[in-house]
Amino acid sequence: MLEANMLSFRYNRQQQWLFQNLDLRIAPGEIVGLPGPSGRGKSTLAKILAGYLTAVHGSVLADGRPLPRSGYCPVQLLFQHPELAVNPRWKAGDILAEAGQPDAALLQDLGIEPAWLTRYPHELSGGELQRICLVRALTAHTRYLLCDEMTSMLDPLSQAHIWQRVLDIAEKRKLGLLVISHDKALLDKLCHRTNHYFATIADFPLLTIRFP
Amino acid sequence: MTTRLFFPSQWDRRTRTLAAISICLVFFAVIFIAAWLYGDQGQVTELDLRKLPPSWERPFGTDWLGRDMLARTLKGIRISLGVGLTAATCSACIALLLGLGAALLGRTVDRLVTWLADAALATPHLVLLILISFACGGGARGVIIAVAASHWPALTRIIRAEVLQLRSADYVKLARQLGKGPYWIARRHLLPHVAPQFLVGLLLLFPHAILHSAGLTFLGFGMPPHTPAIGVLLAESMRYLSMGLWWLAVAPGLILIVSVLAFDVLGNNVRALLDPKTLRE
Repeated sequence: MLEANMLSFRYNRQQQWLFQNLDLRIAPGEIVGLPGPSGRGKSTLAKILAGYLTAVHGSVLADGRPLPRSGYCPVQLLFQHPELAVNPRWKAGDILAEAGQPDAALLQDLGIEPAWLTRYPHELSGGELQRICLVRALTAHTRYLLCDEMTSMLDPLSQAHIWQRVLDIAEKRKLGLLVISHDKALLDKLCHRTNHYFATIADFPLLTIRFP
Repeated sequence: MTTRLFFPSQWDRRTRTLAAISICLVFFAVIFIAAWLYGDQGQVTELDLRKLPPSWERPFGTDWLGRDMLARTLKGIRISLGVGLTAATCSACIALLLGLGAALLGRTVDRLVTWLADAALATPHLVLLILISFACGGGARGVIIAVAASHWPALTRIIRAEVLQLRSADYVKLARQLGKGPYWIARRHLLPHVAPQFLVGLLLLFPHAILHSAGLTFLGFGMPPHTPAIGVLLAESMRYLSMGLWWLAVAPGLILIVSVLAFDVLGNNVRALLDPKTLRE
């Protein structure tokens, strides 16, 4: 079980709370949707759940233990923009190898061609890169996968293809999935249940950004 | 860009880049070998061969003491290149240490380094060079220290910005979540970004260092007058220009400009070669 208990977060004291006392549970094998408009802190929540940021209050537990400070994190995050999540000076093969030897069956499943592995990120399309990132995140040690607008820049066909594969893998490996999207239809189709924290607070104050 | 002008258009960009780099390297090799082969010919005075204009036998002519200007120019540019290379290398190493320190050792160090860089950039360049060279007693040592101590700020800023940007990059944070330690990340993520910046920064520092060492020497704050450094040759030629001995200034000046341009071409082409975006074009 991936548990978020009473999470509160703001980037600094001058800013308003992005969210307060947020609770979230994802069981292994469960697919949870997280809808909500842009700029409300969905991605920030994902970063806290995956250990990229630390919440101001509250705790995140993966299978009863806090996220490790070093070593492989069982909660992996897939970013909205794959081109920012890969080192531009590495070839795709090196990017995959960073998480260990990729599973050949998984590569074939996701339609990753061997020729891609010798290319640099700027020589691959967004969809191709996102699939590389997906394989990198799906090692045997990953228990929970957070998909932050993972397929929003893909055409409907590859979107359907990738999600079909991800659902298969999640079911086979009993992965817990958090699907962040503002595409309601996609969430309805994919998820067992949805968390409406970000979708329901109608009068939630938008982030105030100060320019110096 | 410049490579397009000089090489056949049917060559692809990578071939042109490699050709430009090889030509620059050959040029520097020729200078060093020729200067070495000439021995002390440039110092020998032959008074019956005074003030000869350029001819096939003596392409750069002779000076008012009958010394062969080609030999003197080659020796001069070798000395200037040596001083410039040493100074630029020292400067680039200072920049690397300060840049890494500013980005990795916390706020206080960062503020200090940034302030130092701003202060060094705000001081007029030539004044700083003259002051330091004079304070260090002039000579090759004074020039090297002066140039090394005044040329680090630009590269320091580049390296600092590069490392800061990398530290906050998603893929570096992601590497940590994949269980990679700080040394692994430094070696695999930071080094491939910082090393090319350092190398190209170093190459592009050379022309500055060479020009400034020649300039310092020209003004009389650098090398002693008896060494045939390019700056000394140019300063001496001033006195004879009005007498019509134009070749005394043109030959060393031309070689100086060509060397500086060669380093510029070298730096830009190495950068194109090291960047994956232009690597295969």
